[in-house]
Amino acid sequence: MALFDYAPAPESRAAAGDIASTYGHFIDGEFVESTGSEALKTIDPSTEEVLAEFAQGTEADVDRAVAAARKAFTSWSALPGAERGKYLFRIARIIQERSRELAVLESIDNGKPIKETRDVDLPLVAAHFFYYAGWADKLEFAGYGSNPRPVGVAAQVIPWNFPLLMLAWKIAPALATGNTVVLKPAETTPLTALRFAEICRQAGLPKGVVNIITGDGRTGAALTAHPEIDKVAFTGSTEVGRAIARTLAGTTKRLSLELGGKAANIVFDDAPIDQAVEGIVDGIFFNQGHVCCAGSRLLVQESVHDDVMDALKRRMSTLRVGDPLDKNTDIGAINSAAQLARIQELTAAGEAEGAERWSPACELPSAGYWFAPTVFSNVSATHRIAREEIFGPVLSVLTFRTPEEAVAKANNTPYGLSAGIWTEKGSRILWMASKLRAGVVWSNTFNKFDPTSPFGGYKESGYGREGGRHGLEAYLDV
Amino acid sequence: MTKRYACRYAALVSMSSSSLSASGLAEVASSEASLRRFLHGLPGIDAVGLQARAAGLGTRSIKTTAKAYAIDLAISMIDLTTLEGADTPGKVRSLCQKAKNPDPGNPDVPHTAAVCVYPDMVPFAKEALGGAPINVAAVATAFPSGRAGLPVKLADTAEAVAAGADEVDMVIDRGAFLSGRYLEIYELIAEIKKACERPDGTAAHLKVIFETGELVTYDNIRRASWLAMLAGADFIKTSTGKVAVNATPANTLVLMEAVRDFRNATGVQVGVKPAGGIRTTKDAMKYLVMVNEILGDDWLSPDWFRFGASSLLNDLLMQRQKLASGRYSGPDYVTVD
Repeated sequence: MALFDYAPAPESRAAAGDIASTYGHFIDGEFVESTGSEALKTIDPSTEEVLAEFAQGTEADVDRAVAAARKAFTSWSALPGAERGKYLFRIARIIQERSRELAVLESIDNGKPIKETRDVDLPLVAAHFFYYAGWADKLEFAGYGSNPRPVGVAAQVIPWNFPLLMLAWKIAPALATGNTVVLKPAETTPLTALRFAEICRQAGLPKGVVNIITGDGRTGAALTAHPEIDKVAFTGSTEVGRAIARTLAGTTKRLSLELGGKAANIVFDDAPIDQAVEGIVDGIFFNQGHVCCAGSRLLVQESVHDDVMDALKRRMSTLRVGDPLDKNTDIGAINSAAQLARIQELTAAGEAEGAERWSPACELPSAGYWFAPTVFSNVSATHRIAREEIFGPVLSVLTFRTPEEAVAKANNTPYGLSAGIWTEKGSRILWMASKLRAGVVWSNTFNKFDPTSPFGGYKESGYGREGGRHGLEAYLDV
Repeated sequence: MTKRYACRYAALVSMSSSSLSASGLAEVASSEASLRRFLHGLPGIDAVGLQARAAGLGTRSIKTTAKAYAIDLAISMIDLTTLEGADTPGKVRSLCQKAKNPDPGNPDVPHTAAVCVYPDMVPFAKEALGGAPINVAAVATAFPSGRAGLPVKLADTAEAVAAGADEVDMVIDRGAFLSGRYLEIYELIAEIKKACERPDGTAAHLKVIFETGELVTYDNIRRASWLAMLAGADFIKTSTGKVAVNATPANTLVLMEAVRDFRNATGVQVGVKPAGGIRTTKDAMKYLVMVNEILGDDWLSPDWFRFGASSLLNDLLMQRQKLASGRYSGPDYVTVD
């Protein structure tokens, strides 16, 4: 046993507030039962304990929600921007006031460590609402004409990796610009979206401006195909994104997609190595690697490969995997059995194809879904683990010799969401950034988010931008 | 990672042996140019990333048994310090009693590692400590500014060692460092190291103070760390406590990375001492978490990690009482010195 062994430091589970045994939808300002009888279960992935049942949204449910949003659009879009801003500021403040509750609830439902929900997710959620609240009365100065108009009713489908943060990315700009929304959270993480519905009521948001319906992909398909919506915003897998694009083809509906990624994190031999190692760890082990912009391919200059690998392995040995509610946990539970199976399948393929697998010694809990932080070295560009998105705590390490080769390898992917550059040479950062086909390029850092900064992809990582002034465009009729 | 830089300058490339010459680093200080090339070839430090790492480690939540362990460990690592113009034998004696028996009501509280005083106070400290297993550390070399000629610094050190100092806390010449005269500092440290030797062949332990608040950049602090270790420092220490910015988690993290890398390259282990500005138990916990996660068990002892502090001790004692009794007692239940 280590000399200095941290005692358990659990955050209170009770801080999550009351979790109902069953949930319906939130439509037209009310919590209503589904018209169907099918119910799904959401579990705590760290224990497999059932947290609540929730409704599988039917087509009739979707009709009701879209109708409510349509009805509310007339008066909401006619409100002066400053009035809409007031509601958003109020929501942002309530989120801050209830941030501990939301952080604990998110950790329980998603499996991510409380350290991250507390220090990353919730501060960003509030910041996003504050940021777009500020835009609400300044839209004429956003560069989209003197009187930019909202699009109408937005159908928004979000993933399970950052449930409340993705909700904020979708709802805040939509509402600021005068749209109304029907949002569907992911079927493994509906609880914080339903709690957000309570916050909308607490803030006195007019009925029908925000509607939340739950369910799996069938509900999402019904929502995105609904004839009465004007826009679809989707974050999730490239496969589903393609299906939505096919559905919307030939209609006048707008579409923004934020899909998968296989980002390159590029470390040059003159990098600040200790900080680069931190960036590599943040890049792939943050949120169990369930991050579309994760730095899942480490491209390291061959001359420092051994040094970087030694330092990385040493650092990985200090990562603490376990109870998401323990304040000292660095890596929590994998979100679902299905995701764990996918990670296991791809890592098995990595070994079978000849890459060298390494994980630190770490004891995983017996119940729940867990995967030890893993790094593959001797990976070549032809391996599946170098090409396919694993969406788990698994890093593939490749090497390069020159900056040109680094760019070629980094861009050699159907995706293009993000990239990282580690070097002390400023001119090389600028040169690389101009060559990399990725929506976000981080220099000497990774996985840093800010509501003022646009985020989105190239190629199969999607189109449209969220965040910043650019994020307004997706919700304006321009 | 610094192996690569060591190798680049190495006459011998074998890194397995535990001496500087075997690691090739002995050649580094053969000339001003070679020393400069080596120090400037060390990997750079990204300030934002470094500070984020230090802040991240600062969020560890240390509770119950872990806290009890850490409080006692922190007490045992303190160099209980008085470095005032107004220091008197009486003040130093009182400090020594506190070092021996920090909490008169709780004899199970560990004693501190050392007391730290000016050289002329060493005899009083030695006398007051008697046979207690507490070291006397003396600041020397024209502390805190270091602005004196070499003979003065050597005499200062010799006086402290002759008076019985177990440890010498020297300052480097920051002016020489900032104007790039690294070899001068290397030679200064080597000279002082010699002056630490006693007639019986033993030597006082040498701690080298950088005054990180005057070196300012993290790159400078990393270079100063390697410079001191190459010249033979037993401990490297952030600050005198006499300038605006003293020990911070980030600058201490730089020192920790340096001693970790130095041991990897040479096999030689060097201690770390943050000093100045560490006043609360919460602060001390953050430093111990860094020792634990950056350096590990090998450095979790007073032989390898020290806190240069004075007011920290009482906060640790109050937290210790709180942990034992469940309530805060307040500053009237610990002694002023």
